[in-house]
Amino acid sequence: MKRYSAFAIAREAARYHTGWERAWASPKPKKKYDVIIVGAGGHGLATAYYLGKNFGITNVAVLEKGWLGGGNTGRNTTIIRSNYLQDASAAIYEKARSLYETMSQDLNYNVMFSPRGVIMLAQTEHEVRGYQRTAHANALQGVKTEFIGPERVKELVPIINIDGPRYPVLGGLWQERGGTARHDAVAWGYARACSQMGMDIIQKCEVTGVRSEGGKVVGVDTTQGAIDCDKLGMVVAGHSGVLAEMAGFRLPIESLSLQALVSEPIKPCMDVVVMANTVHGYMSQSDKGEMVIGGGTDGYNNYTQRGSYHHIEETVRALVETFPMISRLKMLRQWGGIVDMTGDRSPILSKAPVDGIFVNCGWGTGGFKAIPGSGWAMAELMAKGHSPLTEEFGLNRFSEGRFIDESVAAGVAH
Amino acid sequence: MLILHCPYCGVDAEETELHAGGEAHLKRFGPGSSDEEFEGYLFHRENPKGVHFERWRHVNGCGKWFHAARCTNTLEVFGTYSAQVFEPPQELQDKISAKRPGWEWRDLKGSDQ
Ligand SMILES: Cc1cc2nc3c(=O)[nH]c(=O)nc-3n(C[C@H](O)[C@H](O)[C@H](O)COP(=O)(O)OP(=O)(O)OC[C@H]3O[C@@H](n4cnc5c(N)ncnc54)[C@H](O)[C@@H]3O)c2cc1C
Ligand SMILES: [Zn+2]
Repeated sequence: MKRYSAFAIAREAARYHTGWERAWASPKPKKKYDVIIVGAGGHGLATAYYLGKNFGITNVAVLEKGWLGGGNTGRNTTIIRSNYLQDASAAIYEKARSLYETMSQDLNYNVMFSPRGVIMLAQTEHEVRGYQRTAHANALQGVKTEFIGPERVKELVPIINIDGPRYPVLGGLWQERGGTARHDAVAWGYARACSQMGMDIIQKCEVTGVRSEGGKVVGVDTTQGAIDCDKLGMVVAGHSGVLAEMAGFRLPIESLSLQALVSEPIKPCMDVVVMANTVHGYMSQSDKGEMVIGGGTDGYNNYTQRGSYHHIEETVRALVETFPMISRLKMLRQWGGIVDMTGDRSPILSKAPVDGIFVNCGWGTGGFKAIPGSGWAMAELMAKGHSPLTEEFGLNRFSEGRFIDESVAAGVAH
Repeated sequence: MLILHCPYCGVDAEETELHAGGEAHLKRFGPGSSDEEFEGYLFHRENPKGVHFERWRHVNGCGKWFHAARCTNTLEVFGTYSAQVFEPPQELQDKISAKRPGWEWRDLKGSDQ
C-alpha cells in the first residue's frame, strides 16, 4: 500500500486524483483465523492493530455488523483527557493519551489530534474539593494537570460567564495536553494499518452465535457463515450483553442511550474543550466551526441510537447560562449512541468465563480517549494471557469488591 | 418521549415525571449468601435487546413504585403493573407473546414456550 505524504498529494493532484488506492481491503471471510475480534469500533480495531504490531499475530479478522466505526466511535464528541482519580484508570488513559500524540505518524494517517487543552469546570464547592483532590492524585500518577482559578478560566475561555447566578465558575481542572481528535479517522487509520498487515476487516458481517466445545471457544456464526478461531475478542460496547448471552455468560453491564448535538458553524470562538459536569454539558468547537455539545444519558435501558428530547433541553439550558453567546445558535443535528455502563463506571478488560474469549467493554460514556491504550492492553491480554494495564479491570473485581470507582470523581465521564 | 401509565394514580406520566429504577423482580441476597449470589444481586443485570421488565417510580406524581414491561429496541411499552407482585401478570405475558413470539427474560418464560 502506498504511503500518504505531501509528495503523494502533489503526485495525485498532477494526475487528477486517479491513483488513490482503497484504504483497506474488503475480503470474504476465511474458514479460520487465529484471532477473531467482534466489533470494528476503535477499540476492536486498535486491539487488532497492536496484536499485529506488538505481537506479530496477523491471522486476524475483525467482524463488524454494520460499517466500520459506525458505533460509538463515530458518534462521540471526541474529548481526550487522562485526568482520572484512581491509579489504574490514570495508567490506561494516560497510556492512551500519550499514544494519541504520535498516532498520525504511527499510522501514517492524519487523525487530527488536537491537544488544545481540556477544562473541567468546578461550579460547586464540592467540585472544587473534588478536582483539587484529582489534581493531587494526578501529580502522584505523573499525569500533568493543574487546578486553576476562575480568572485563569476566563482567560482561557473568553466567552464564558464566570459569575452565573446559579452555577458560578469557581475554578477548574486543567489538562493542557488533553484535546480532541477526528473520530472516524481513528477507526479508518487503524483499519488501513490492519489491512496492510494482512488482517481481514469484514463489514456487514454480524455475529449471531458463539460456538464453544468443552468450555473453550471454537468459532462464531455470522451472517456470512460460520468462521472458526482459537481466540475471540468481544469488543462491541453497547451490544456486549447480547454477545455475552450468545456465549452463555452474563456481564455487569447495562446499555443506555447517550446523545450529542452540533450547532451551525460559526467563527472560531473557543479553542479549548470545556466540560461542565455539574450541569451535565460539555462543549468544544470543531474545525468546521460547529459547537459540538454532549449531554446526559437516558436513565433506562435503551438500544435505540436516539435518546430523549428533554435531555437536549436540559443540556442546552445549562450551557446557555455558562456561555450566554450560544443562546442565538441554531442546532443542526442530534444523534445518540448506545453506551455500555458498569456499576463503578470503569471498563472491563478481562478473560471471560469461557476459555479463549476475552471481553473489552464498559467504556460507557468515555471510551474514545482510551482507544489506543485499550487496544494496546487488550492485545497484550489476548496474546500473553495477562497485561499490567488490564489487571485491575478484570471481571473478578465485581465479586471481590475491588471497584475502580470513577463515578464519584466525575458526574459525567466523557 | 416515553409515556408510562401509573397503575396507582392512573396518570399517563411522561418521562420527566418518572424515575427509572432498573431491573424488576430481583431476588435479594443478604448476609449468609455466597459471593456469587451477592455479586449477581448487586451487579449482574438483564440487558436484553428486546423485552424487558423494570421498576419505575412516579416520582413527580403520586410517588409510588410500579413495574413496567417495555421493548428496549423499539421503546414500545407493553404495559405497567403493580409493584406488589413477583412476576408480570399472565395476561401481560400473553400480550407480549402475541407481539414478540418466543421472547425470553431471565427465569420468566413466554406462555407459548
Ligand atoms: C454521544 C456520545 C458522546 C461521547 N463522547 C465521548 C467523548 O467526548 N470522549 C470519549 O472519550 N468518549 C466519548 N464517548 C464514548 C465513546 O464513544 C465510546 O466509549 C467508544 O467509542 C467505544 O468504542 P468501541 O470500539 O468500544 O465501540 P463502538 O465504536 O460502538 O464499536 C462496537 C462495534 O461493534 C459492532 N457490533 C455490535 N454487535 C455486533 C455483532 N453481533 N457482530 C458484529 N459487530 C457487532 C457495532 O456495530 C459497532 O460498530 C461518547 C459516546 C457517545 C455515544
Ligand atoms: Zn402515580
